[in-house]
Amino acid sequence: MSASTMRRRPLRRLLERIGFAFAVFVMVSPAALVFLWMLSLSLKTEIDNIAFPPVFIPNPPTLDNFRAVFERNDFLNQAWNSIVVSFGATAIALAVGIPAGYGIAKMRATRAAVLILIARITPGLSYLIPLFLLFQWIGLTGTLWPIVITHLVLTVPIAVWVMIGFFESLPAELEEAALVDGATIWQAFRHVALPLARPGITVATILAFIFSWNNFIFAMVLAGRETRTLPVAVNNMLTFEQISWGPLSAAALLVTLPVLVLTLVAQKQIVAGLTQGGVKGA
Amino acid sequence: MGASKRQPSTRTMPSGLSDTAALQGAAADSARRKRAYARHYWPFVVPAAVVVFAVIVFPWVFTLWMSLQEWKLGSGRSFVGLANYQRLLTDDRFHWSILRTLYFTALAVVIPVVLGIAAALIFNRKFPLRGLMRTVFILPMMATPVAVALVWTMMFHPQLGVLNWILSQFGIPPSMWVYDQSTVIPTLVLVEVWHWTPLVMLLVLGGLASLPVDPYEAAKIDGATGWQAFRYITLPLLAPFIMVAVIIRTIDALKAFDTIYVITQGGPGTASETINIFLYLNAFAYYNMGYASAVVVVFFALIIGLALLLLWSRERFKDAVR
Repeated sequence: MSASTMRRRPLRRLLERIGFAFAVFVMVSPAALVFLWMLSLSLKTEIDNIAFPPVFIPNPPTLDNFRAVFERNDFLNQAWNSIVVSFGATAIALAVGIPAGYGIAKMRATRAAVLILIARITPGLSYLIPLFLLFQWIGLTGTLWPIVITHLVLTVPIAVWVMIGFFESLPAELEEAALVDGATIWQAFRHVALPLARPGITVATILAFIFSWNNFIFAMVLAGRETRTLPVAVNNMLTFEQISWGPLSAAALLVTLPVLVLTLVAQKQIVAGLTQGGVKGA
Repeated sequence: MGASKRQPSTRTMPSGLSDTAALQGAAADSARRKRAYARHYWPFVVPAAVVVFAVIVFPWVFTLWMSLQEWKLGSGRSFVGLANYQRLLTDDRFHWSILRTLYFTALAVVIPVVLGIAAALIFNRKFPLRGLMRTVFILPMMATPVAVALVWTMMFHPQLGVLNWILSQFGIPPSMWVYDQSTVIPTLVLVEVWHWTPLVMLLVLGGLASLPVDPYEAAKIDGATGWQAFRYITLPLLAPFIMVAVIIRTIDALKAFDTIYVITQGGPGTASETINIFLYLNAFAYYNMGYASAVVVVFFALIIGLALLLLWSRERFKDAVR
């Protein structure tokens, strides 16, 4: 009896390993396959793209779809808009969010933190109606400003939220020593806390940038012909043009590529920020 | 969320110094001084407060005021009191959008949470290529929603889409996916599950990393099976983390817009018109700003209400466990 269980054990362990590997495969493959299919569509000719049964491996792969994207639309202009908006909204969020996170952490202002939290859970659309009317009234439509300003709805709360958590976790002794030595609180912040907070600032920067880059709805409502960001431009390709899957996939891939690369490079910071920040963009 | 994770710092009271009354007094004194000192930090918050009031608080107040107006863009504006809210009470299209949102939300919470726990248990074990696998697994969560929604739209195509081909390989008849009223919401849930299961996985994985080892050793000695250990040790200890995931998922599912709008725009007919889509159409397709503002107020109340309900049940749950 015991001899037979001894003999069965390695087999059982092997079966368990196979089962586990299969579970990993089932979990990960949907994520991988959608992106691979996107890549495949973008590298095939239109004939192969609408073939049934589907052609999986581009043979031979073609870059025509990417060429079409760069030639046909004002893709470069829209990419530039996206870059200006995301960098602008991120920079402003950091400029106001880092000190605010510091102040809230020092004052233990839980009520301010709750306000930030409510801002994070409110649907983005609910800000859009009043701000849309406001921008029409001031006459800012047609510029990138309305889009940058509305993206602050996303970037400021996440920056403040991440920075509160980070400054709270910093040991206070160093700053206190600086204060005892006669530094002002501004100097203690600027020369002691800020350099220590660099990892937190990295997390806040990455998340604010991604939230802004990925955002669709604000620019869709507020952007004119010349001020469209990439997500809006890609959506318009689906809506207004005769559907051609190759260029569409190529454009979609180009839009999401910066974020995917950023995720691959800075996975640790993103995971840390999201599990602490907890809430995704509006 | 995550507010619960932020515990008040214990740093203000140096530990180990409480032996003598004099030292205790000194510590209390220093704490008091620190509290008085805290007030000096308000200038740090001013710039952010200005921005938050301009782009977040002002819109809230303005929306409340707008919801009391009959305001069609292009024509005039007049004060109508609560008439917009009365209209919501009798608007069947709005009621259906609420039911659809709740249906969508229920599915888009339960499925990602169950799958996310399973994925976290898998990623909590050590295996070759784990880091790479985990990176691939969280990619959907970071990808631009519009871009992936476009790929899904192509995959859902009833004649040429790759999904129906996959079904045919398993001998399953083709589905109409988002092109049929009865399958559109489960199909959109599928996209949502694909998109957001990774976030649940990360939150639960964080919880798994914090679990103590001792109970498992005790259970092993007592001869518990793996399932028993999971059911009676892991699950109760993970419960607070799972609750955080449920709350975040609920809020995010209620707010879902990008993928639904890009893939179906609320169609076919109004079969996938959730509150958010209904709101969008009223505001920016029909330009009924007053009416749309009333929808915002009700929607906002619904979200805050559900969030508070979940937070409350979490507190109750914590007490019960204790």
